[in-house]
Amino acid sequence: MIIPRMIMKNAFRRKVRTSLTIFAMAIAILAFGLLRTVITTWYLGLEISSASRLITRNAVSLIFPLPLSYYDKIRHTLGVREVSYGSWFGGIYISEKNLFASFAVEPKSYLDLYPEIVLSGPQKADFIRDRRGFIAGRKLSERFGWHLGDVVTLKGTIYPGNWDFVLRGIYKGRDKNIDETQFIFHWDYLNETVKKTFPSMADQVGFYLIGLTDSHMSADVAVEVDKMFKNSPAETLTETEKAFIMGFISMIEAIVTVIQVVSFVVIIIILAVVANTMAMTTRERIGEYAVLKTLGYSGLNIATLIMGEAFVISFLGSLLGIVFTFPVAHYFSTALGTYFPVFYVKSSTVLFDLGVAAIVGVAAAVIPIRQAIHIRIADGLRRIG
Amino acid sequence: MAVPLSYSFRNLWTRRLTTFLTASGMALVVFVFATILMLAEGLQKTLVATGSFDNVVVLRKGSNSEVDSGIERDKASVVETLPQIATDKAGDPLVAKEVVILITLPKKQGGSSNVTIRGIGDDSLQLRPQVRLVQGRMPRPGLAEMVVGSSLSTRFSGLIFGSYLRCGLMSWRIVGIMDAGNTAFSSEIWADANQVMQAFRRPVYSSIIFKLADVVKFDAAKSLIEGDPRLSLQAKRETKFYLDQSEVMAKFLKILGVSLTVIFSLGAVIGAMITMYAAVANRTGEIGTLRALGFQRRAILLSFLMESLFLGIIGGGLGLFFASFMQLITISTLNFQTFSELAFKFALTPAIIAESFAFAVIMGLAGGVLPALRASRMNIVESLRTS
Repeated sequence: MIIPRMIMKNAFRRKVRTSLTIFAMAIAILAFGLLRTVITTWYLGLEISSASRLITRNAVSLIFPLPLSYYDKIRHTLGVREVSYGSWFGGIYISEKNLFASFAVEPKSYLDLYPEIVLSGPQKADFIRDRRGFIAGRKLSERFGWHLGDVVTLKGTIYPGNWDFVLRGIYKGRDKNIDETQFIFHWDYLNETVKKTFPSMADQVGFYLIGLTDSHMSADVAVEVDKMFKNSPAETLTETEKAFIMGFISMIEAIVTVIQVVSFVVIIIILAVVANTMAMTTRERIGEYAVLKTLGYSGLNIATLIMGEAFVISFLGSLLGIVFTFPVAHYFSTALGTYFPVFYVKSSTVLFDLGVAAIVGVAAAVIPIRQAIHIRIADGLRRIG
Repeated sequence: MAVPLSYSFRNLWTRRLTTFLTASGMALVVFVFATILMLAEGLQKTLVATGSFDNVVVLRKGSNSEVDSGIERDKASVVETLPQIATDKAGDPLVAKEVVILITLPKKQGGSSNVTIRGIGDDSLQLRPQVRLVQGRMPRPGLAEMVVGSSLSTRFSGLIFGSYLRCGLMSWRIVGIMDAGNTAFSSEIWADANQVMQAFRRPVYSSIIFKLADVVKFDAAKSLIEGDPRLSLQAKRETKFYLDQSEVMAKFLKILGVSLTVIFSLGAVIGAMITMYAAVANRTGEIGTLRALGFQRRAILLSFLMESLFLGIIGGGLGLFFASFMQLITISTLNFQTFSELAFKFALTPAIIAESFAFAVIMGLAGGVLPALRASRMNIVESLRTS
């Protein structure tokens, strides 16, 4: 029973040093937690994507459209339950700094395919009825103070001109990880206007979304759809939503890798600080360890003492860091909302933090333990300071 | 009288392990700080070097990148006749009407990414003096031929000199490899504009690039283009155009870099503080002796500050030393704004060296101030007694 008490006494003998170390540990855990949150945020899209939805796009690349005439052909493919389609609009609201995603979609089938977009009954009906209507995510409408019935004008980057829309609904995400910053409106509205101004761009859609009767059929349906349009002017590439989003992530892989590397550097920095503290502490107490050995304490007891002290410091620090991670992450999600529409700390991140604390505790104690165990009693007693 | 510098220095040497751990903590912080600045700088440098100051890019009004833009042939021929355009030896205007599209290609290391194909005109090469053919020749007008940027041919599979690339229902022969140094053109594929428009069924150009006869005539050309109600086009200097394309990425990297460094540096300052407090505590007797020998409080303060300054300098030097090796690495990633692959290098500039070093010194000093103050305030008699 005496060992735990000795550990606590030892840990707080040098109050300034221990509290500084704990503080440094907390800061590092905070940084580590934030970086992990950035990485998990990147992969969030993957998590919410469904394996029972397929995305069909032009095989050449995303910027090329597909003809609207594919709609009926895809709908009659075996295993297809529902088809929706849409185009990326890329609208600018007032200034280019106000970044958010804007899509034109076929509203009824789109909302059917995406049950995670939660819209009240009357708002849904209003939206579907009004061709100029649009729905916006809760966060987006809060950011710009839009209310139902407001007219919002976007400047088109791909489709030139100013476009007026009427806010007909504000959707919420079914789960925490759903992006609530999207701007969704009628594809028909886009098409009718384009028909008049740029006839060559009319009756073209950016992508088809396919809902399956059975998610096991995804591979078959994808092959079937692509086969149908093989050797046509617009060949298609159909993949599950997961694969589609994974493709996006792999394009920015380099950045994700940089962040991952940096988060490991953080661990090394913490390790240096805590190991330094432990090294100094042990050096100062070599004499004491010699006394303990004389009293009959085994090497294992002394190892427990040092390891325990390292653990007390690293775990107190990491707990403090974890507590701070939440408010800081909240601040980031408001400051960086344009880059990360959804930004929150996952429970796996907290587990990672605790894992790091354990690793740092063990690694910081290893060298001091070796020194303390191997020193001969007479040498230890002779040494001063 | 001041305490000799060697006292501070030898003290660090005596406690090598602790000095090493503290300095390496700082070195890592400086390394991260410098690396992220270098990344943002490299990205910007690449895109700025891509543009020439006397070239003008014309896009459709409202579009942010060449891929969004579209310029009908009749509008293009209006722009071609602007009086501010420079002429070549034969007296023809130096103008290139180009079409830019993206295609998805598989990467060698797995995955795939978007690659820019630029349909070029006769003058395109002349307008970009940075671009150099390293192998083969330029594509001939009217043939399905391509030249591939050197960054692409090393990173993407199938882009080998002499082989064929199938896309847009056509088979393109790769007849050349071009190198444009650290510019975005090294990450592009060039082919004849009319061939690209036909193969990918694009009836319109994406952009028009021309060289100004006189650098100062940009405003005149700009107001002619933007003031013409038939056109609804916009004109930008090429340098500005490419700088704008790096904005979102560079800002993202800088925010990431600054917030990380602030957090890290707090950690490193605390590390230095722990080390310096220990240094003071262990040498209470020595400090008393020094004071008894007649050294002033100020001298003691200065001596301990010097010690932590050395720590900072060692850390900064080490961090920069390792960061400088990052210049050998090329990063290839998707630019959020143009939605296409771009390769760039970490760039170390004198400004970054100075900033990182100043940062390291400040970290060292900040960590040393409180411990040094404690050392200087010690009472002679008491400190001599504790030893």
